[in-house]
Amino acid sequence: MSLSQWVPLVVLFTLATLFALFSVTIAPYIGPRRYNKAKLEAYECGIEPTPTPPGGSRFPVKFYLTAMLFIIFDIEIVFLYPWAVAFDSLGMFGFVEMLLFIVTVFVAYTYVWRRGGLDWD
Amino acid sequence: MGLDAFGHDPFWLVIIKILAVFVFLIVSTILMIWFERRVVGRMQHRPGPNRYGPFGLLQSVADALKLALKEDIMPTLADKAVYFIAPIISIMCAFTAWAVIPFGPEVSIFGVRSPLQITDVPVAVLVVLACSGLGVYGIVLGGWASGSTYPLLGALRSAAQVISYEVALGLSIVAVFMLSGSMSTSEIVMSQGENPPIQLSLLGMELNFNVPGWYAILLLPSFIIFMISMVGETNRAPFDLPEAESELVGGFHTEYSSLKFAMFFLAEYINMFTVSAMCVTLFLGGWRAPWPISIWGEANTGWWPILWFLGKVWVFMFVFVWLRGTMPRLRYDQFMRLGWKVLIPLNLVWILVVAGVRVSTQQENGTTKTLVIGGVVLLAGAVILFYPRRKQYVEPATADLGLGGFPVPPLDLKVPPSPRTKKIEATREKASVGTDSKTDTTGEEG
Repeated sequence: MSLSQWVPLVVLFTLATLFALFSVTIAPYIGPRRYNKAKLEAYECGIEPTPTPPGGSRFPVKFYLTAMLFIIFDIEIVFLYPWAVAFDSLGMFGFVEMLLFIVTVFVAYTYVWRRGGLDWD
Repeated sequence: MGLDAFGHDPFWLVIIKILAVFVFLIVSTILMIWFERRVVGRMQHRPGPNRYGPFGLLQSVADALKLALKEDIMPTLADKAVYFIAPIISIMCAFTAWAVIPFGPEVSIFGVRSPLQITDVPVAVLVVLACSGLGVYGIVLGGWASGSTYPLLGALRSAAQVISYEVALGLSIVAVFMLSGSMSTSEIVMSQGENPPIQLSLLGMELNFNVPGWYAILLLPSFIIFMISMVGETNRAPFDLPEAESELVGGFHTEYSSLKFAMFFLAEYINMFTVSAMCVTLFLGGWRAPWPISIWGEANTGWWPILWFLGKVWVFMFVFVWLRGTMPRLRYDQFMRLGWKVLIPLNLVWILVVAGVRVSTQQENGTTKTLVIGGVVLLAGAVILFYPRRKQYVEPATADLGLGGFPVPPLDLKVPPSPRTKKIEATREKASVGTDSKTDTTGEEG
């Protein structure tokens, strides 16, 4: 285990960034440029674009709720990963501990379910 | 071969490997676009692209060149900086994930012994998950920065979808970590080659059996959940709701054109390859030869494993195309229900089952006790899950039979006026108000 294992990953990351940066930067220069006001407007299948307030329009709060639930479960996953890797050395103790943890999360999960937090209309 | 084999490559070898992977990904993407169009064409009884090159193989190359020579549009309403950065984020994350994908065992490259893998780290699988998680930023920011309605909706849907299925994806890997005892991709592949005999003492009986190496066989539910959620994770049909053409035009990349659009397209296809390669690595023995070939002693040595690896990956790519050719798109609520209400609880219960079995094999006479406890827990979970919910009875709607049995729209239907007519009417009213007041005053004077 050493930091030198991470070096190739960083090199690949840098190369990918440079590649994308290069492509995106040269795009306006190699293509044609023909000005047309309608072309630069927001595309809405030909009708006049819906006026949106600056900073984006409003959207359903459901998406926010989904993101919050995601954080809860993602934290659960973060707890599960090291536990799974070290499972053999933890033995029965680890199993019971994780059982309690998962059951606790399951209670919260059932609560959200029964309150309709997972329903989309 | 373990983690110690990595991190000793001379720098020129690192560069060679990285360039090889880079070229491999771009060529694979071009090939995949052609492959997809051909296969979908065959499934729909039409030839597909067949004009440029043998079997139309050069079609994608022509498309890519044409795309590069197209006009790059910057919409007036776009947030310029974010609009510019979004495709770069997508590409960055898509490529970086391939740093830890194992292509094969140690070989000699120009006299240097080195594994066929750019690098490996103790948390390699986490790196891939992090890349797919960060890739969502490219989609969300791109959709948001376009300053248009369709991309914003597509981006929101995409974000909700990817994070929902990432939970299922992440949970399905836990069982693999439990069995392999490692998060490094090369070690997971190595552990799938061993056949450790397992002894189960079930209610006094002694069971001895050899566990097959591949985790797809050993952890079949995990494998199936991973396969379902990897389609959801990559926004592909039947889960392609963020790009639902019939609803959202093109989804988050509606306002993108030229090479910026090409970047998103490339990232999407690379992500398909990434999840396929991850599935192969985690569940199908990675670069190990499949069964009939593995009898040949040298199948898992030298450069051969690359062939087995690519073969398995392309099987998954075919599955992606196959799904697209045969499945209709899901509705959004069905899709979210599948993710949150089926895959996640199933995953958690399965993890507990695997953990219970694993812990019982370690202990003496602990099997029966664990089985009883596990059974009770499972039963309790199942009761909570499938407890019948009282459904409200909804009167079946009767069709409105209007004139002579033909359904007609309500005759007093109010159509909201378009903004333009509103504007015109407003100016007209203003004008008429002006004249009215004039006539009024004249009337008073008279």
